[in-house]
This record gives sequence, structure tokens and C-alpha cells, in this order.
Amino acid sequence: MSDESTERVAVRIPQLALVVLVGPSGAGKSTFARRHFAPTEVISSDVCRGLVSDDTNDQSATKDAFDLLHYLAGKRLARGRLTVVDATNVQKEARRPLVALAKAHHVLPVAVVFDLPVKLCHARNQSRPDRSFGPHVVRQHAAQLRKSIRGLRREGFRHVSVLRSPEQVEAVSLTRQRLWNDKRDLHGPFDIIGDVHGCREELDALLAALGYVKVDGVHRHPEGRQALFLGDLVDRGPDSPGVLARAMAMVRAGTALCVPGNHDVKLLKKLRGKNVRIKHGLAETLAQLEAQPEAFKAEAAEFIDGLVSHLVLDEGKLVVAHAGLKESLQGRASGAVRQFALYGETTGEIDAFGLPVRHDWARSYRGRAMVVYGHTPVPQAEWVNGTICIDTGCVFGGKLTALRYPERELVSVPAATMYYAPVKPLAPAVVARGADVLDLEDVSGKRVVQTRIDRTVTLREENVAAALEVMSRFAVDPRWLIYLPPTMAPSEASEVDGYLEHPREAFAYFRAEGVPEVVCEEKHMGSRAVLIVCRDAKAAAARFRVRDGRRGVIVTRTGRPFFADRAVEDALLARAADAIGKAGLWTSLATDWVCLDAELMPWSAKARELIRTQYAPVGIAGTAGLGDAVASLRAAAARDPSAARLLARYEARLDHVSRYVRAYEAYCWEVRGLDDYVLAPFHLLASEGAVHTDRDHVWHMETLGSLAEHEPRLFRATAHLRVDLSDPSAEAAAVAWWQARVDAGGEGMVVKPRAWLNQGPRGLVQPALKCRGPEYLRIIYGPEYAEPMRLAQLRKRRVQTKRKLARREFALGMEALHRFVEGAPLYRVHECVFGVLALESEPVDPRL
Amino acid sequence: MLLTLTPPRDAAASSPATDLGYLLAKNPARVQSFDLGVGEAHVYYPEATPVRCTAALLLDLDPLALVKRARRQGRHDLLARYVNDRPYVASSFLSVALTRVFRSALAGQSRERPELAAAPQPFEATVTPLPCRGGEAFLRRLFEPLGYVVDAERVAPAAPYFRVTLRAEVRLADLLAHLYVLVPVLDDEKHYWVGSDEVDKLLAKGGAWLEAHPLREEIARRYLKRQGRLVREALARLTAGDDSADDTAGDAEEETLEKPLSLNQQRYGAVLAVLKSAGVSRVVDLGCGEGKLLRVLRGEPTFTRLVGVDVSPRALEVAARRLRLDDLPSSQRERLALMHGALTYVDARLAGFDAACLVEVIEHVDPPRLPDLAHVVFGAAAPRLVVVTPPNVEHTVRDERHAAGAHRHRDHRFEWTRAELRAWAEDVATRYGYGVRFAPIGPDDPEVGPPTQMAIFERAADGGAS
Repeated sequence: MSDESTERVAVRIPQLALVVLVGPSGAGKSTFARRHFAPTEVISSDVCRGLVSDDTNDQSATKDAFDLLHYLAGKRLARGRLTVVDATNVQKEARRPLVALAKAHHVLPVAVVFDLPVKLCHARNQSRPDRSFGPHVVRQHAAQLRKSIRGLRREGFRHVSVLRSPEQVEAVSLTRQRLWNDKRDLHGPFDIIGDVHGCREELDALLAALGYVKVDGVHRHPEGRQALFLGDLVDRGPDSPGVLARAMAMVRAGTALCVPGNHDVKLLKKLRGKNVRIKHGLAETLAQLEAQPEAFKAEAAEFIDGLVSHLVLDEGKLVVAHAGLKESLQGRASGAVRQFALYGETTGEIDAFGLPVRHDWARSYRGRAMVVYGHTPVPQAEWVNGTICIDTGCVFGGKLTALRYPERELVSVPAATMYYAPVKPLAPAVVARGADVLDLEDVSGKRVVQTRIDRTVTLREENVAAALEVMSRFAVDPRWLIYLPPTMAPSEASEVDGYLEHPREAFAYFRAEGVPEVVCEEKHMGSRAVLIVCRDAKAAAARFRVRDGRRGVIVTRTGRPFFADRAVEDALLARAADAIGKAGLWTSLATDWVCLDAELMPWSAKARELIRTQYAPVGIAGTAGLGDAVASLRAAAARDPSAARLLARYEARLDHVSRYVRAYEAYCWEVRGLDDYVLAPFHLLASEGAVHTDRDHVWHMETLGSLAEHEPRLFRATAHLRVDLSDPSAEAAAVAWWQARVDAGGEGMVVKPRAWLNQGPRGLVQPALKCRGPEYLRIIYGPEYAEPMRLAQLRKRRVQTKRKLARREFALGMEALHRFVEGAPLYRVHECVFGVLALESEPVDPRL
Repeated sequence: MLLTLTPPRDAAASSPATDLGYLLAKNPARVQSFDLGVGEAHVYYPEATPVRCTAALLLDLDPLALVKRARRQGRHDLLARYVNDRPYVASSFLSVALTRVFRSALAGQSRERPELAAAPQPFEATVTPLPCRGGEAFLRRLFEPLGYVVDAERVAPAAPYFRVTLRAEVRLADLLAHLYVLVPVLDDEKHYWVGSDEVDKLLAKGGAWLEAHPLREEIARRYLKRQGRLVREALARLTAGDDSADDTAGDAEEETLEKPLSLNQQRYGAVLAVLKSAGVSRVVDLGCGEGKLLRVLRGEPTFTRLVGVDVSPRALEVAARRLRLDDLPSSQRERLALMHGALTYVDARLAGFDAACLVEVIEHVDPPRLPDLAHVVFGAAAPRLVVVTPPNVEHTVRDERHAAGAHRHRDHRFEWTRAELRAWAEDVATRYGYGVRFAPIGPDDPEVGPPTQMAIFERAADGGAS
């Protein structure tokens, strides 16, 4: 900074920094902070004093005020927000905790020093009624400040700007500089290449496989893709100089980016003449470099020296580092960040092979950025919580792997030979080392889940706690649970005489929401079942990472195993898989798994206990009690006319109960073998690479209908009818269709907008409404609900809470499927499924 | 629900059968209805001739009102379900109706026919449908000692309801009192909360006949919804002066409690001994349930921190109550705590303990989830010592209470033999760097082993795998 001039005074600070203002009281720090920073970026000690004591000058509150200041600063830095500390900070002891705080959060501490004339400061203080202290205070501050200035860098401040006059302060032009690792503006697409270790031949083959061509000695991609080397270009392999030369040329030409690996850095040290131990393959590199001109070595050293230990790319969605990087270090700058990026995190222990024991940081990784890294050779590149190690041990005879971003495709070329014998066997696979175990943090406390088809869904803490017991004690392995179905709301209470539910209200709802066409689907009276069916157990293990050797599961709407008997479930899954194969769906959907939403019949298969202990006794007791009452009332009425009214009433009650018995008995049949189970799938929810919400319900009906053709023993097609809501005759036909079904003992129907997702005037439209038949409703509302007085009472029911719940659960279920299909980590899928279960513990009228 | 009362009369009877109307204070000429709050009771006479007269009490309960009432009371049982048998069966609602509708008859009073009310008469009563928990045998054991000839038929095959006819020469007041007490006893259910005033009701209606009834304990137990304190109070008051009955009741209760407790106590004792000999001070009880093990451990000053973890919020509430957590001084609160958590999720709060106990826990976890549990306990929490005690399925054959092939507990997802435990434990130990040894809990049968097995894991070297 030049001396006192009125020219612009340039002050540069990193975008993420802890900015410490240093200067006596009255130096104009607060004014400066107001001018150059957002109000929320500045934490003032005076304000903190006020917050804890109601008096911004209460010196007795200093300790509490600074505790608060450090706490607030810590919270902001943890969240990656630039923070300005507005306090005098003239004493070393006052600055020390701030430097420590910056270090703890891996941000750069920056000092802006106000070395202004004492008189000026004092005069300013005089003019402020709240600063009554004498001139000695400022004098003392100034003295402490002057003692400090020269030592600031030694204290740890990475940038120090000293302002020496009010004019200079006035002239400051402050710019925020991006950190070296901040490449958020680069969006790729990238081809990220794992540890090459001097395997030049394989690198050339991989680049060719990725589509790069050599033009003027530099590999370029015709579509402008960029390669991204994850470091460890050198050591152990046959041609480290060749690999270096390629990477250097590409980086220079802008066709590649590169982060350093620990081997590269060690080579740099050696090239710079430092004393390093020649082991782990460095000897080979040095020997190979012997043949290279000095200029190349110098250039290589320059190249490695210029590499930034990690890069944050594509708006923060991608982070690359040689050994990976945990979330709290991403986009930060400190020695510890570099250390982690180069070497990973070690536990401080040494294993049986003499190598440091590595901490499996990816296992607890919950960051939103994808982290791609190398460093630890693995047999197969596998995703763990949104991170992937693509060092597949080429130099040890494995393969050289690249990850295409954002496509998430892996491209590998095999090693020509084993160039170097590994000291220890490769790390075990993800499932074997339990790297995808869920954390309680993933499912506890109040949760806010972002869904793509609707608003965020907030889950209350007590609902979440209630779901934990169900999920951990009764549900199947969460790896299987990629979806739970939403609850379904009924139509509003009907105004049609004698009906609690009627299609008229359902059609009216969708019409009001602007839905042009609906599909009416026969509602089967069984139990909701969600099926995962895989082509075989191997496909299941690969895609779902399960360890139970199964090829699928059938679960209830709360994620429990549908069948107590595994053998039955497995046999049904085998039948289902067979039918899916015969219907050609594996091929046409290019998948080896599907997720089906279905109704499994008979009702008695799942509800046997409920029927035995609850539904049947009501029928039996009702029939017997009311039957005897009717008989005795008949006798009474024969001699006492006043009993006639009561007799009529009891005859009606008896009739209600017999209808109730007929209603539930229709849904029960004895299951003697596999052939007695009937499965009616109505949603083909997802398969590899696709959530089938872009297909309308007619497609779902027809596609799933083909399963019934191929396996009529198990599958039943669902009768359905399309209704144009602008055509009254179509609507009348649909009502007749429904009436005929419920008269024949059917449960009713489900009305869905033809398209899966519909936005209405009030946001997301209900995915479906049910219209249950009057007889079926006896099972729900009690045998005698249709008695006119009671029906009138029941008409007051409110469906809004249920609909809100249905909408939120639907959004969560769809979100879970999308995340699974995209290859999101287990915890991200589980969060949504868990959310559905949590919402199910909301108290709603169970009869809706 | 229908109750009929018929005093059979022969032609030579001194009074006409229709005198029943005076006894009940209900005119045979017309139907009369009474409001019960959740419905009505109707009284009418299917027959009313001088030779034969039958009075009928018909309960007309409103199913919707019943459910509404139950849900308002915060009940979650059968009564609170929208489809339930309550509107149709004889239950405690009948008792309520009897006191409302036949108040004077129940008190043995009759303005017009006091002599008839005071004397035993031949009566025939029918109740349909009467739920009989305990079946026809129990029904007979209740009524036959009171002098009734019992005729019972199930209303439908295998249904728990009976059409019951009772015949006896009995005072009408006594007949009604018998029904008042014994119908809810047979039903084994009450539509209202049972408090101490219920003891008064029982003694008022039970009086002398209950004291002499061979099943008085069971009647009191069921009538008072098995609330031990109330049952003891009722029996004490009922048999005041008759010491023996009270004592035997107490002993019987002790005995039923004693038997399962002893194995539990041995189990806790064994775990405590292992923990003490290992010299651990910070212990977490994983799957602490209602806190029984913690109650044993808290008495040992060597443990400086005790934490119970369970997945059931309800169990934790009970544990907190039993351990009186709310009343602890603050120093003790640091020492003893409960946490809600699940063993299939990694939990950072479980780190830093010297020892973890899984007492009767792992058999409640589905086998496919065991690898996750092992990771959570041995991989992530990784205490120096882990004690696991599952039951030994081989020993089940020695226990006559359990049918062959059935699990000891409904919620057991599996039960292991000694070899199966060994295989699992050794695999886990190898995988996570622990050594494991085994010890029996309970009598070690030479053929089938002990009832409970114990696997004791100790981390091979401090700072081992993580």
C-alpha cells in the first residue's frame, strides 16, 4: 500500500475469510464495516455486549460478550460465511482466539488495521454521548496497536492491510477474491481419471476410450469435455514422465484439470532437493526422469507446485481431491485441508502391513457435493454416500478407471500387466465393510425434506421418533425400502342421498383442479403391497446392496414383510419375475429390477387376525343379539302395538348387520396354496434409470395388464375406464360403471388424473381419490353407518387433513424413488421413506 | 344385547306371573325406554299372561357414540375401534343399565309386592350374546356355585359368544346382582376407568355371596381389571376376619412372579459380575427396555456413567418412572440417563463407553439386520467390552411352559443354539477385532446347556479397529 494518498487503496480479501478489524475506539471500524460488508456479515463486540447486558458499554459484560461473539463467528464460519469481527482487537490476547477460530474452520484470517491519529479517534469518541471514557483509553489502544502491527503475520493473519489516515480509509476499494480451489464456474462435462501411477499405455487407451484424440501433441475431446486427473500421476509404473507430459500438456491447453496426489508432492520435494525417503515406487520415477532433459524436470516441478489440493466445481455440486475431502473442509483453505486432500484421514495407527490405518470418512459423509477421489486402491469403483473412489489399482494389475461427470458412468481399461506388487490386499467392497450403514442423525429430530414435485415436507420430531421403532424393529432392511405408498384420501362426503361416498364428488374435485381427464380404476379389496422384483438374486445384490441373497421383497404399506413365511414370498416373487420376463419388460425397460405398487388379495391373507378378532365377532354378535331381539320384539308386538316401532327399528338393524357380514365375507377366502394369492399391480413405479411418472395411468394399466396375460395364476388386471371430465355423458357412464361394481360387492374405485403429476390452483393435485361403495363402507364405519341419522352425522367428516397428508406422503414417496433411481446414497433415499412412515403416525381419522 | 327374565309359574301358583311387572316396577302394558347417555335401554314384555310372563331388557347402544366416547377418554383398545362388538354384546353397559332401569328391584324393594321381592322365586334368565372369556367351563364355575342350572350354547361355531339361560330359585335382587357383577367378569372388559370406588361397587353388589364364592379372587381380579392394589383391598375387605384367604392370594401372586424373575435375576447378576471384574466404569445398556438391568447396576458405585438406550419411547417412559429419573439430584442425573435410539443406526452418542450390554436384545432383531447391529455396536461405538445374552434354544425342551418349536417370546425373530451363537459371535469378533468367550447363565444342563447363553467380547487391543 502506498503512503498517504487519495488514490484508490486496494484491499483484497478472500471470499471466505474471518476479517478482523484492528484499531482503537473511534477509529471508524464500524463505519468501515457498514460500508463494505452486509450488516449480517459483521459481528460487533458492542452489539454483543448489548445483547447480553442491555448496555453496549457495560465493560463488566465483556467476557460474556466475547463468548457470544466467538460463538456467532464460529456458527457463521462453519456454514462457510465470511465474517467480520468489529472489536478493537488491539491486544494479541484478543486476536489469538480469533486466529484459532479461523484455523478451526479452515478459513483464512485477515486483518484490516486502522492506525489512525489518537487525537482524531478521541475527538470522534467525544462527539458520541455513549462513549464517556477519557483520552487515556484511546492512547492505550494506540500503543497496543503499534506494538502489534509487525507481528500480525506471525500471529497467523494471511492478509494484513494497514490504513493510516482517514483519507486512506475513505479511499479503500475492497475486492473479494475467489479461493484457488473455487472452480464453481466450471461445469464440465468432465472425465475424472483415477490414479495413473505412470501407466502411460493404459492412460492413452483410457483417453481413447473416452473419445479424446491427440491434436498437435495434446489430447482433446471433440465435444469439449475436460479430463480431470485425481493425482498420483507418478511412481511405481513404467512411464511416469510420459504420464506427466500428457497431463501437463492437457492442463496447459485447457483440456484437463489436475489435483496433486501424495506421490506427486513427494516427487516435487525430491526435485526441489529436499531429503525424502526413496520408497513406494519413487525410485522408478527418478530413474525414468534421468532420461529426461533438466528443463522437463523443472517444468514438472513447476506444474506440480501449481496444483491446488482440491477443487470445488459445477456450482459446488462436484468436489475432487486425491484422497477425498469431508464436507467441513470443502472449499476451505488450510494446511489441514491440504493434508486431508493429499493423504486422507488416518487414525494415527499403523496396520499389520506397516501402513497407516485410514479412517473411512466416506461412511459418515452426508455432504451434498459429489466427491470423486482416488488414493486407496479398490477392486471396484463403488458409490458410498455420494462419494466414489475410482483408484482401481491399475499399477497393481487392476484397471484404470474414469468417471464421466455428470453422467456418472464408469469407463475402465484393464492394466496390461501387474507393474508393482501391492503390499496388502485391496480394500474390501462397500457392502462387506458396512460403509452404507445408516446413522441415527439421518432420521432423528425435526426434519425438513426437499422434494422435487412439491414443497419441502417438514416432519415433526415426535412423529419421527414414533417411526424409528417401526422402522428399526419391524420394517425390512432399509436397502430394500425405496418407496412407501402414500395414504389416499376419499372424495368429499356425498350429497347424493344414501351415499357417504359417490363418484360425483371425486369428478367435481378434479374438474375444479383443472384436470381434463381421469382414469377410474377398480379398487381391489386386499392389502396394499409394494414389490421389488429383480431378475435374479445377483442383480438384487448389485443394485440394492442387500446381503440376504434374495431376489426381491414384498412389503406392506408400512414397510413390514408382507408374509411371515419367506418361502411363500420367494415363490410369489419367482412367479412375478417370470411373468415380467415373459411380458418382455426386462428388455423393454432395459432393467433388471422393477418396483410395483399393488393390491394383494385375499384381504384375509394379511388381515386374518383382524378379521378373526374384530370383524367376524361383530357380525356374529350382531346377528345373534339382534336376531334374538327381533324374535322377542315380534312376540311383544303381537300383543302390544307400542312395540311395533321398536320391532321395525330392530329389523332394520339386523338387516344392516347381515349386509355387513356379506360385505366382509366377500373379501375373504381360504388360502391353501400359491394359486390362491392374487396380485393386482396398478403402478409400475420405477425401473433402472426411470421413475415412470412421465407415463400416464393408461400406460401403467396396460403395461401391467400384460402381466396378467402371461401369469393369470398370480396377476389380475385392473378394470379401468377413462373419463373426459368435460363430457357429462362420459361421467354418467362412469357413475354407472362404479354403481355396477359396488352392487356386485366391489370395494369401489380409485379416480386418478390421467397424468401422474398435476398442478392445480392450490398446488399439487391429489394423485388419487377413492370412492368406496356403500356396502364396503360398513366394514369401515360400522355395520349400521348407513342408518339415516348416523349418515347425516358422518357427512360432517373433513377430508382436508387427510388430503394434506396424502399429498406430502406422495411427494416423499416419489422423491425416494427418484433419489434411488439417480443412485443417491442410501441415507438420502431412507430419509424420504422414513418420512412417509413418520407422517403415518399423524393422528387422522382412520376411516377416511 | 337382550336380557329376558321369566318367573315360570304353574297354574297353582299363588300369584299371577304378571306380578313380575310389580317386581321390576315396569308396566307390562307398553314399551318403556330409558336414556343411557350412549344410547337407550328398552323394557318390554314379549309375553304377559297370568301363567307366563317374560320381561325383556334390550340395550340399544349407539355405535358411533360409543366410539366417540372411548376416543374422548383417550382409549386405544377395542372400544376405540370403529368396528367393534360392544354395541351388540352383554358387557359392563348391562350393569349400568340394570342400575338405571331396575334400581328398586336391584335393591330388593317392591312397593306393591314386598313379600315377593324378599323371597326366593323360581326364575329363568337369558342373556344373548354373552362374551365368555374362559369359555363355557368358566361360565359354569361362576354361576353353578350360586345355585344356577346353566344352559349355554355358542351363538355360532367357534364364536366367543354364548346364548345363556340361567335357572334357579333365587331372589330377583340377587339374580340381578349376580348379573351385575358376573357379566363384566365374563366379558373381562370395562367401558370405563376402574378406580377405587369400583371396590365399593363390587362389595355392595357382591356382599355375602361373593365372600363365599370359590372363585372370589378371580372375580375380584377381573372385575377390578387386574389392578393389584384394588384387588388386594377388595379381598381384604371381603374376608375381613378371615386371614388365610388374603395370605394365600398374596403368596400365589408372589409365586407367579417369582418363577420368571429368578432367571432374570441370575442374568443380571451374571452381567454385573462380568462388568465388575472387567473394571469398567462407563456402561451403556443397549435395549434397556423398562430399565431392569439399570436398576441393578445403579447400586454399584464403580459405575460412573450408566446410560440406557431403547427404541421404544413407551418403554423409556416406564424406565424413567421406575428409575425415578425426575427426582434424581443433579449429580445423579449426570450418572444415569436414558436415550431413544435404534441399534441398526450408527449413533455417535454411543461412543466413549467402556462396556455395552445387550441383554435379551439381539433375538428381537431380524437376522438380515444383524450385520448392521454388529457394525453399530462393535464397529462404530466400539466399547472395550460387550456382553450379549441371548436365550439358548436347546434348553427350551426342558421348559414345560413352551410348546415344542414355538419361540419363548412372541417377538423373538430367531432363537439360537449354543453353536449358532458361537458362530455368529466368532465371526463378529474376527471382523471387528475382538476376542470372545462364552459363559452359561442358569443351570448348565449337561445335555442341552443353560437356559441363557452369554457371549463376552473384549477388544483385542486398545485402539483397535474403528
